[in-house]
Amino acid sequence: MIEGIFGKKIGMTHVYSGDGAVVPVTVVATGSCCVVQRKTKSSDGYDAMQIGFLVKKDGRATLAMQGHFKKAATPCLYHLCEVKGTELDSYKPGAPLKCSDVFKQGDFVDVTGRSKGKGFQGSMKRHHFSGGAESHGSMHNRAPGSIGSSSDPSRVYKGMRMAGHMGDERVTVQNLKVVGVRAEDDLILINGAVPGPINGIVIIKRSVKRRK
Amino acid sequence: MGALHEIEKSFLRTDVPALRPGDTVLVKVKIKEGDKERTQPFEGVVIKLRGSGVHCMFTVRKVSYGVGVERIFPLHSPAIESIKVLSKGRVRRAKLYYLRNLKGKAARIESEK
Repeated sequence: MIEGIFGKKIGMTHVYSGDGAVVPVTVVATGSCCVVQRKTKSSDGYDAMQIGFLVKKDGRATLAMQGHFKKAATPCLYHLCEVKGTELDSYKPGAPLKCSDVFKQGDFVDVTGRSKGKGFQGSMKRHHFSGGAESHGSMHNRAPGSIGSSSDPSRVYKGMRMAGHMGDERVTVQNLKVVGVRAEDDLILINGAVPGPINGIVIIKRSVKRRK
Repeated sequence: MGALHEIEKSFLRTDVPALRPGDTVLVKVKIKEGDKERTQPFEGVVIKLRGSGVHCMFTVRKVSYGVGVERIFPLHSPAIESIKVLSKGRVRRAKLYYLRNLKGKAARIESEK
């Protein structure tokens, strides 16, 4: 069983559980995900499966990658990643990967994506600093405050939290529940929010912390 | 948006009546206590409808022993056993928040026709 799959975030909505509770879900489409290469202990030093997602034109891939995809008998793909699993030999390179073969309702998953870029942000938004008083002539409204001592150490420590670029980084949200799997449309319904914008690419893997 | 719409459509109930603000309704809600299930009636005036499709919520207001009580229900929730429209009201607002400030006879809503 392969323990992960690529998906494209479709959007969020809510569904009802059997007892009438409102469950917020993110809908992820996993169509066109396929198996590309088997990594084995003897040849690569570890056991894994390389999977790919989103077909692209052959000309958009380098010749080296074209050869890689040709060997797997798959079309050229935009995204590749490796996932763990058991009984990986039963999967043939080039075989399409269905979400219903990987996950079922009630599974727990970790979802990795690239978060929405926020641009250059101040320390209040970026690191949740409290800022200064807004009124009473404070003049210290959204400033970070002191960033260190004076002549000793005469420098600012590395890693000091300051304003800077926020978002557009790899983010994983752990322990999300699979609310539903729609095999006919290749859709997964995941409880809660997943990182990234709509149409962003996410990797859904079996949860590392919670395995049923 | 197509896939989202299809998913939402599958959760829509077909047996919900067309509600309007000002309608007096009787909502029967399923309540689970331990492993027993019973229904609780809630009768009052619809003072607000918001959202559309599967997200649609409505607020019902009643005055119980002199205390105003408002409950918000998801229109398509499976926890709702039935919604019965007892009478249609004639109102000129979409949100009847003004009822909160009125008491007794003034808080009545003229019925349609």
